[in-house]
Amino acid sequence: MSKLGLITKGFVKDNPTFVLVLGMCPTLATTTSAMNGLEMGLATMFVLILSNIVISLVAPVVPDKVRIPVYIVIIATFVTVLQLCMQAFVPDVYETLGLFIPLIVVNCIVLGRAEAFANKNSVGDSALDGIGVGLGFTMSLTVIGIVREILGSGSVFGWKFIPGDGILAFVMAPGAFMVLGYLMVLFNKYLAKK
Amino acid sequence: MEYLLIIISAIFVNNILLAQFLGICPFLGVSSKLSTATGMSGAVCFVITLATVVTYLLNNYLLVPLHLEFLQTISFILVIAALVQMVEIVLKKISPGLYQALGIFLPLITTNCAVLGVALTVVTKEMAFGGPAHMMNLGEATVYAFATALGYGLAMCLFAGLREHLAMNDVPKAFRGLPIALITVSIMAMAFLGFSGIV
Repeated sequence: MSKLGLITKGFVKDNPTFVLVLGMCPTLATTTSAMNGLEMGLATMFVLILSNIVISLVAPVVPDKVRIPVYIVIIATFVTVLQLCMQAFVPDVYETLGLFIPLIVVNCIVLGRAEAFANKNSVGDSALDGIGVGLGFTMSLTVIGIVREILGSGSVFGWKFIPGDGILAFVMAPGAFMVLGYLMVLFNKYLAKK
Repeated sequence: MEYLLIIISAIFVNNILLAQFLGICPFLGVSSKLSTATGMSGAVCFVITLATVVTYLLNNYLLVPLHLEFLQTISFILVIAALVQMVEIVLKKISPGLYQALGIFLPLITTNCAVLGVALTVVTKEMAFGGPAHMMNLGEATVYAFATALGYGLAMCLFAGLREHLAMNDVPKAFRGLPIALITVSIMAMAFLGFSGIV
């Protein structure tokens, strides 16, 4: 696969949210607004890129039987690094995303890429794969966040253009499932395969 | 009384799946048949309660006295992974029947974010159950974990029942599979919103 292909495949062909349906918990929980979705996507991308790089480096020396625990410890280390950095530099973002930052450890996208790609490819390719999948994830989360923010509070990235309160249900739990469901329908209808 | 409030709050008002979005992947993955959904709920119930007790003790008697709270994420996930492995071995030995029923679901639970989510919630978040907000003690944490897991089981089994009926209907092509399932969950979550305000 070409270098460019590695980066762009996450957008449509191997989109982690709409095609592979991985990492649903942060996707649903943190997309109450476009900004939150974007921040969560970037946080996941940070862990994804670094864990992909390190895992592709250590994969040749890790015995096959203990590889999963080793990968999980590597991922958990980077999540802790991310937690400490966020607490130090962007404490309010850390506060909003809350529990879902430590829960990146059990996000199936990160472990999935480690298993499916990083442990049998070169360091450079693994880094690009992390960027590609991370961008795809960030993009999906931002799109879901934009739709929910427009319907739920009549604004985009905090810029309010519809007066009034909006439909509260779209900021709450039912709206998350519904928006994701209908976006998946649109994705299946217009973008998938061909 | 307080325990009753914890139980109602964790099962209905703040349902872990429909209000907190934890453990969605296995929820969507194994809920197409009622029998597998009950098996998974049983296994989750068992592991969440056990893992919460163990990580609570680990946190309060080892990490906090040594000021190592930043190791919570790493140590908890290791404890959960080890625990799941151990539960599997012990069950196989002492209760083959239960092992048969839960067996295939156990390895999946390590990556179920509900387990790590509940374990982290009880040690980091102050909760108010009809009184002032406070950190949970061991008793409350155990009850909270067990009730949360029951809520998980309830939502899972209800959804599996709906999905079995859904499978027999003629669904438009673009909606087939997950999209229609997600829209169904959305309507269920709307119904559960009706419980908000009870506690």
